[in-house]
Amino acid sequence: MAATEEIRGVGHSVKRVEDARFIRGKGNYFDDITLPGMLHLEFLRSPYAHARISSIDTSRAEAVDGVVAVVTGELLAQHNLAWMPTLSGDTQAVLATDKVRFQGQEVAAVIAESAYIAKDAVELIDVDYEPLEAITTPQRALEEGAPVIRDEKEGQTDNHIYDWEAGDKEATDRAFAEADKVVELDTFYPRCHPAPLECCGCVADVNPATGKATIYMTSQAPHAHRTLFAIVAGLPEHKIRIISPDLGGGFGNKVPIYPGYVCATAASLLIGRPVKWVEDRTGNLISTGFARDYHMHGELALKGGRITGLRVKMLSDNGAFFSDAQPTKCKAGLFHIVTGSYDIPAAHVVTEGAYTNKAPGGVAYRCSFRVTEASYLIERLVQTAAYETGVDPVEFRKQNFIKPEQFPYKSATGFTYDSGDYAAAMDLALEKLGYDELRREQEEARAEGKLIGIGVASFTEVVGAGHGADYDIAGLRMNDGAELRIHPTGKAVLKLSVKSQGQGHETTFAQIVAEELGLQPEDVEVQEGDTDNTPYGLGTYASRSTPVSGAATAMVSRRIRAKAQKIAAHLLEASEDDLEWENGRFVVKGAPEKSKTIADIAFAAYTNIPEGMEGGLEGVYYYDPPNMTYPFGTYAVVVEIDRGTGVWKVRRCVAVDDCGVRINPMIVEGQIMGGLTEGFAIAAMELIDFDEDGNCIGANFVDYLIPTAWETPTFELGETVTPSPHHPLGAKGVGESATVGAPAAFVNAVVDALAHAGVRNLEMPVTSGKVWAALQEANLAE
Amino acid sequence: MYPARFEYHAPASVDDALEILERYGDEAKVLAGGQSLIPLMKLRFASPQALVDINRIQGLDSIQEDDGFLSIGALVRHKDCERSEALQGRFGVLADAAPQISDPIVRNRGTVVGSLAHADPQGDWGSALLAAGAQLEVVSSGGTRTIPLDELFVGPFTTSLQPNEIATAVQIPDPGARAGGTYLKLERKVGDYATVGVAVHLSFDNGTVGRAGIALTGVGPRNLRAETAEAALAGAELNDDTIKAAAELAAEAAQPRSDERGSADYKRSVVRVFTERGLRKAAETAAA
Amino acid sequence: MTETAVETRRFTHPVTVTVNGVARSAEIETRLLLVHFLRETLGLTGTHVGCDTTNCGACTVLVNGTPVKSCTMFAVQVDGSEVTTVEGLAPAGGLSPVQEGFHVEHGLQCGFCTPGMMVAATALLAENPDPSEEEIRWAISGNICRCTGYQNIVKAVQYAAAKGKEG
Repeated sequence: MAATEEIRGVGHSVKRVEDARFIRGKGNYFDDITLPGMLHLEFLRSPYAHARISSIDTSRAEAVDGVVAVVTGELLAQHNLAWMPTLSGDTQAVLATDKVRFQGQEVAAVIAESAYIAKDAVELIDVDYEPLEAITTPQRALEEGAPVIRDEKEGQTDNHIYDWEAGDKEATDRAFAEADKVVELDTFYPRCHPAPLECCGCVADVNPATGKATIYMTSQAPHAHRTLFAIVAGLPEHKIRIISPDLGGGFGNKVPIYPGYVCATAASLLIGRPVKWVEDRTGNLISTGFARDYHMHGELALKGGRITGLRVKMLSDNGAFFSDAQPTKCKAGLFHIVTGSYDIPAAHVVTEGAYTNKAPGGVAYRCSFRVTEASYLIERLVQTAAYETGVDPVEFRKQNFIKPEQFPYKSATGFTYDSGDYAAAMDLALEKLGYDELRREQEEARAEGKLIGIGVASFTEVVGAGHGADYDIAGLRMNDGAELRIHPTGKAVLKLSVKSQGQGHETTFAQIVAEELGLQPEDVEVQEGDTDNTPYGLGTYASRSTPVSGAATAMVSRRIRAKAQKIAAHLLEASEDDLEWENGRFVVKGAPEKSKTIADIAFAAYTNIPEGMEGGLEGVYYYDPPNMTYPFGTYAVVVEIDRGTGVWKVRRCVAVDDCGVRINPMIVEGQIMGGLTEGFAIAAMELIDFDEDGNCIGANFVDYLIPTAWETPTFELGETVTPSPHHPLGAKGVGESATVGAPAAFVNAVVDALAHAGVRNLEMPVTSGKVWAALQEANLAE
Repeated sequence: MYPARFEYHAPASVDDALEILERYGDEAKVLAGGQSLIPLMKLRFASPQALVDINRIQGLDSIQEDDGFLSIGALVRHKDCERSEALQGRFGVLADAAPQISDPIVRNRGTVVGSLAHADPQGDWGSALLAAGAQLEVVSSGGTRTIPLDELFVGPFTTSLQPNEIATAVQIPDPGARAGGTYLKLERKVGDYATVGVAVHLSFDNGTVGRAGIALTGVGPRNLRAETAEAALAGAELNDDTIKAAAELAAEAAQPRSDERGSADYKRSVVRVFTERGLRKAAETAAA
Repeated sequence: MTETAVETRRFTHPVTVTVNGVARSAEIETRLLLVHFLRETLGLTGTHVGCDTTNCGACTVLVNGTPVKSCTMFAVQVDGSEVTTVEGLAPAGGLSPVQEGFHVEHGLQCGFCTPGMMVAATALLAENPDPSEEEIRWAISGNICRCTGYQNIVKAVQYAAAKGKEG
């Protein structure tokens, strides 16, 4: 390596090393794996949302040529596997025993020589159901006398799951008592779904000779899954190896443990052959971890144009089992970040969760543990307050932003925001948009009968869980690790506890090592996903990889650099204090010709070390974040509405993000654009709905609408950089910022087009029909 | 995701295909594009005992003007229609419908005639071809017959085709020297079915409307002709008043249902708006 | 149709198809979908399955040069045809301009939609070597991506188009 060659570390848009296999069609997704003797598992799913099972007859299915086994809840119960613990301290049915509790719930599993045959057999299983009332809203669930969904749980006499609150009720009540105006908003964040393009699945291979279970599994958190498998299945943990291979997207969908994993593993254990479970899209949408489904009521107390108090009541629809992954101390995730970007002295957040006859879940789809819901509420509330007080929505926000000098900022619900400059991001977004010009154009257009809307959202995210004492899932502290080993010839292997589903870790984490140790990224191989070969961690979701494992990578690199300095001193016959580190080499101060590269030092670590020093050049570091990180930004959207059809089209979408230091700007922008698209989709079209019988509408891609390139707007991106003061690299995490911030920006834009006529709210998804109804009511329809 | 078993036949001629259909009674289905049938089979909503794949039969894939008709053969794909110059201009209702069917990849395989035989009430071709006054050419061992599209669509996914019949072409009558039309489709995204679709096809007689065809998608148990609207326009001059009046009549003719795509009132209103816009566009293109 | 003791129903069929330039033959179930034939019978796992209603396009391959959703064709239907999958896009040992474009312009993240997307893009450029942004978005509107937001995919195709013009 030439002395002057720049190290492509932090800040470089290094092209991705993982592309090489994907563009050749040589990815290694779980369904690409075939093992000798492998069998296939297909589920029989319940057609009813709520029904007692009176009988299951599997005899016709078992008789099909090529069927090896048909498993029911009754059979699993004999092995204590019919129910499993969830990540939120509840239990979940693996296969239904007494009742089915949501449409699509797994009732039986056929294991056969091919998936086609398994499906033939599934059609031949006869189940007698006695339908019960399907509870399709949390409000009905909590009514006196409503049927108890979880009647199998001892002591469960209703459909209530949890109560949880944050903030200070008294201080908030006082603020409201003294307010000169109160603004309210009732809004529903509808049920949607992360729907990664690759569905869930696994190949479970329990070796009958060695007793070792190797499970190739769509898992965003392989180590946590391994530990839970050990506890649930009673298999010794060292005999379980979970390999999360290439993942075709995750977005939180691949965090929970699903019945398919358990059934496939149990089947493999009992039969002695590998068993593959490939979920189909219907199974994915109807039964796996959905997102959102929060009924929210928010109130702002205003005094002299400033927000003095925030009151929130939230009712969560969790489906039939409380199966979310979220920090145990927070039943509603990090929803209490709901004060957002604003300096609100008093806040009180009251949350409640209920069971319904729907699929379990809620924490998913790039939500940062419910920050999506919180951010949506506050940004819609603030927008409403602006209209109600006759203040421009941008001005209203700026008047209430937390100011740069207030950081670190202790919020009214207990968060300590690390750093931020909200006005700077806002100003940049407005400048890129040409805000003032657009407001003039909006007014002129209105005179011509054209409806243009300008919506902004200024979000603050909280990611990087987290400090072990505060953040654990199922008791497992949310610390993540990095293990780095430098080989004699100066190449390295970095093993991570996190797991990319497309975020480009193989490239970006190598860049961190490059930055710290002066190796080029292509000299660092990054490995993830194999629990036998990587350090322990809680995985990738909630934008935590860079804040936690990224920090661990920097720290372990620095440890190695510290040892390298000793070796360098030995090689250069200088004292450690006389050495400077620059551009990947240690240089003797004042004698630039006397230097050693990290590659020289690596070789020496195995061939020529000081007497008494341990050999090798490696380390492992588990990082315990001192705090969360707080990315933020402003998104600004311009829409135009067709007054005849209610269709709204996005004319501009400007997104300014501040995620602190950007390791790979190209990848950061990719994450943002993906998130903006999902945020747009949620605002415009994504919806999982239920009719009064609990039938799920939205269980396939005909009904669950994902935008194509044709509907998706073009994005104009900008950045400000406010480093995190506590992260070793100053980086904050960014994967979910756009899904957090975008929906409100789009909804605010559509509302803004109609606000002059008194329209204040439109519920997501903002369909053309809803806009039309608003146009009608406001006498603006064509 | 995994269809049930079936027997597969790929005959080389229409006669062979008919003979196979006769053998199976009503247990066999014709496979042309398969973009409606195969998805149903994968979900096991359809499990025919046999498929008769007609894709190898020669002579069914042309678009040609023939004897006062524009004839679109059974193996003409949606994509062929999208690219065909023969459909431009006077047959604008067809040219505008073609690119809005499903998505661009499905359009490479799906066929116009297959779409008619499938009779999805949210199918776009049904309305475009109803508005154009089309008829279906159908063969069986008993000979050839034509079925006006009005008589073809009986109900949702139900046609008057017999199990031993194969539709070989759809024929659209020549609309005369001055004609124009369009198809407006409100869809939530590319590939979605129509929330509302309105097909307009006008023939002009000097300055007035000769024949008016207006048909609606997604607002009834099958593709519907807005007959009172058509009658109001026949022989009339096309101006703001007659356009608005026809649009109101078309809206009244709709039988929409409230569902996830929108309320019945909403859909009815879109019928009115689209009929108006469609008539204006038809007038423009005919004048050009 | 009634089954007789003599007549047994035949659910398999021979198929001979050229895949990525190589002739392949097999006796397969008539109900075997083309995508499963490619992935499982032939071991070409680059083509993916992302849905069960013919919406997502992850399974897109070329049949006689035309992009089709291989989940919505039976393998027997391509008897005698030429099929190109993602594994056949590149010239020997190299990368096609489309593949290079996806890499250079960061047109992929998880990679799952990428094979189908690249096949659709390849077909577009064969027919329209210099497409506008609108034409690109239209041509790939049968392929869903959850990760990228499509913007870099458009750039990838534009890159490939420019490369194609250089010759």
